[in-house]
Amino acid sequence: MTRIARLTLTALLSSTVLTGAATAAFAQETHPETGEELAEDQTFTYRLLDDVSSLDPQIVEDVDGSDVVRDLFEGLMNQDAQGNLVPGVATGYEVSDDNLTYTFTLREDARWSNGEPVTAEDFVYAWRRAADPATASPYQWFMELMSIEGASEVISGDAEPDTLGVRAIDPQTFEVTLTTPLPYFAQMTTHSTTFPTPQSVIEEHGNSWTQPENIVSNGAYVLTEYRPGERIVRERNEEYWNNEETILDRTVGLIINDENVALTRYLAGELDRTEIPAGQFQRLSEEYPEEATSFPRLCNYYYTFNLSDSGPEAFKDPNVRKALALAVDREIIVNNVKGGGWPPAYTFTPDAVAGFSPPTTEMAEMTQAERDERAKELLAEAGYGEDNPLEFDMIYNTDEAHQKIAVVMSQMWKQKLGVETNLSNMEWKVFLETRGQQDFDLARGAWCGDYNEASTFLDLLDTDSGYNDGKYSNPDYDALLEEAKTAEDTTPLYTEAEEIIAEDMPVIPIYHYAGVYMLDSDVGNWPTENVEQNWYSRNLYKIAE
Amino acid sequence: MLLYTLRRLLVAIPTILLLVIAAFFMMHLAPGGPFTSERPLPPEVMANIQAQYGLDQPLWKQLWDYFFNIVVNFDFGPSFVQKDRSVNDVIAQGFPISLTYGALSFLAATVIGVILGIAAATRHNSWVDYSAVSLGIAAQALPNFIMGPILILVFTLWLGLLPGGGWNGGQWEYLIMPVIALATSYIGSIARITRSSMLEVMNSNFIRTARAKGLPDRTIIWRHAMKPTLLPVVSYLGPVFVYVLTGSVFVDLYFSTGGLGQSYVSSALTRDYAVLLGITILYGALTVIVNLLTDLAYAWFDPKIRY
Repeated sequence: MTRIARLTLTALLSSTVLTGAATAAFAQETHPETGEELAEDQTFTYRLLDDVSSLDPQIVEDVDGSDVVRDLFEGLMNQDAQGNLVPGVATGYEVSDDNLTYTFTLREDARWSNGEPVTAEDFVYAWRRAADPATASPYQWFMELMSIEGASEVISGDAEPDTLGVRAIDPQTFEVTLTTPLPYFAQMTTHSTTFPTPQSVIEEHGNSWTQPENIVSNGAYVLTEYRPGERIVRERNEEYWNNEETILDRTVGLIINDENVALTRYLAGELDRTEIPAGQFQRLSEEYPEEATSFPRLCNYYYTFNLSDSGPEAFKDPNVRKALALAVDREIIVNNVKGGGWPPAYTFTPDAVAGFSPPTTEMAEMTQAERDERAKELLAEAGYGEDNPLEFDMIYNTDEAHQKIAVVMSQMWKQKLGVETNLSNMEWKVFLETRGQQDFDLARGAWCGDYNEASTFLDLLDTDSGYNDGKYSNPDYDALLEEAKTAEDTTPLYTEAEEIIAEDMPVIPIYHYAGVYMLDSDVGNWPTENVEQNWYSRNLYKIAE
Repeated sequence: MLLYTLRRLLVAIPTILLLVIAAFFMMHLAPGGPFTSERPLPPEVMANIQAQYGLDQPLWKQLWDYFFNIVVNFDFGPSFVQKDRSVNDVIAQGFPISLTYGALSFLAATVIGVILGIAAATRHNSWVDYSAVSLGIAAQALPNFIMGPILILVFTLWLGLLPGGGWNGGQWEYLIMPVIALATSYIGSIARITRSSMLEVMNSNFIRTARAKGLPDRTIIWRHAMKPTLLPVVSYLGPVFVYVLTGSVFVDLYFSTGGLGQSYVSSALTRDYAVLLGITILYGALTVIVNLLTDLAYAWFDPKIRY
């Protein structure tokens, strides 16, 4: 990026909003830890795929929106660049012997952007608000997932929100009571649903409390500008308890729907970060080796068999499912279709998940030629061949990238196994409805973890899971997951669960996600090792060019 | 004329009403709803949310409440997807943007298109005609979803002259590319219609009479041929005006203008019923008004038309 382009851009961007950004610009010239020379203009500009669903912590449900909310608000705990738990508003917490009561100690200097102190009452209010049916939060279930006492009753309307198992012992002490021990409970307090919200402001302004002129927040940044469909700007919050250590003054999110346009604008120097469109990683990493970045993320891409009564008879045979899974050449999909940067998947849970060690499965060990050979054997054993060809329908939602993968998969099956597939694409909501009603043979699926623990993926295949669209059911598998909920060491249990999946093959894992970004080399400290990609603007800085 | 206008406006009310009812039922017929998502909500959570937005009511009741709120409170309801905003907010924020670049594109397309068309017709079969015609065809072959990325590539990446997107309160440097992208294809069709219309008019009896009278070409074109030439153009411009507003989705998409076109399309995809209906009513009303204005304009262009 040329300096001129950047200066022009900055001039354009700041022509309408000029607030106190200049005050901090002279505070630091070199980074206190790394000693790198800091850029004079500490503004980070990145692309958002779509407008945010909300800026209300208890209501926001999309990834882009959560990124903004994480800058504006601060919860009990935060994540560092590696995804480890570090203190947020809470300086720490204690757990009772039965692992059912968590007591968080809040820092005394935590302030709202209007100068008022952040207290335990603010958390009590926010958590009740999240569970309260009247808030109509799409993340109400998160309170249930956190096993908070009384959450289910509050959500179903059988109890008042004030019966929720949270209380303020004093302004600096917040206590949570759980129904069952949850090893990853503290990790869940980094989720936006649990962030504190200002009761008086919400009561005064109603739904419009998140507008820049109304909003009061407690994070390192405050919302200074929001133009729907265009841009979201947040700037340093002078009241933030750790404002002194914040280097970045300003973060600008530009909403650009088209990824190719976003890439063009990145190359023109308007953005510091954007996603790399499918198929372009290889080219861009050759052309811009310092900027094209790929790192593992907590998401998977798979196809699920319909194992319910409405599903095809053929899929009831695990050999058929295994044969189909084996014959998919994932290397071709990740390298030739996706254009590099994405890891192929032989397990349902991504390797990058903390505390997960993938089993050594037959499929992962074999070469593709061996897999193809084995697939032919298995399919023949199941009774399908030239005189009795296997035929089924395959559905995915309308999208160029999904279509390419579906076509490649069906071709692989046809050439290697003589299997006939009928592809059909559907508009997103129609697709979800069709898949949810088990009106399919084989359907595309993808899942991103809600927290960094294997159960966020493995729960999907639990018999009772509401997300189990393939209706896979194995009591041994369910028992393992149940055991894992309270186990000291979950790693072997999750490995065993994956072994069952490899044996039963209710889904065909295709690849795991990678964050494939163009990231300007003058952006310091982007948390590439945080697999959840929970990033905080206050940890970033701009290096002088 | 006044009576005619009043009658037309009166007819517009049931028209829009029918439009809303049809849109409402078609929308609910489409599979899925605003809260259908990759991770299905637990039934009790879904019930809470549906209740909050009144989606648990029978359809006729929802429709009735919807009309009631519009008529009594002028409230088009909350957005189901962008939960911090109401439909009134969405329209109040997006429509002025769409209207600004839409009206400018319309103006640019009309002025340039008509000038090109007249230039071509008055110098029929000359190099001016040929170049105007080929320019028009080229412009028509460039829909805005092709123009958008090309303009950004040329003006932002290669030349570094213009910002690649955004609105910034409608500053001129942010307006140029959206207007060019939107206007181009209409310039082509307006030029073509103007040209053929003028050629026809120039061959008609009253022009021959004017020529015979010895009037100079300039007077013939401007005083006598202009009005009848523009008649078919005006009937084309009415729908074009509505198109530049409704068809602006690609402009919003590529240039991040924050206009209404993008909200319209995404509300259909996300089943944001309230936003979709609100914008449908707006566009419906706009179409009715523009059609009426077009019809009234006929009377000015052609004295033979009386209302």
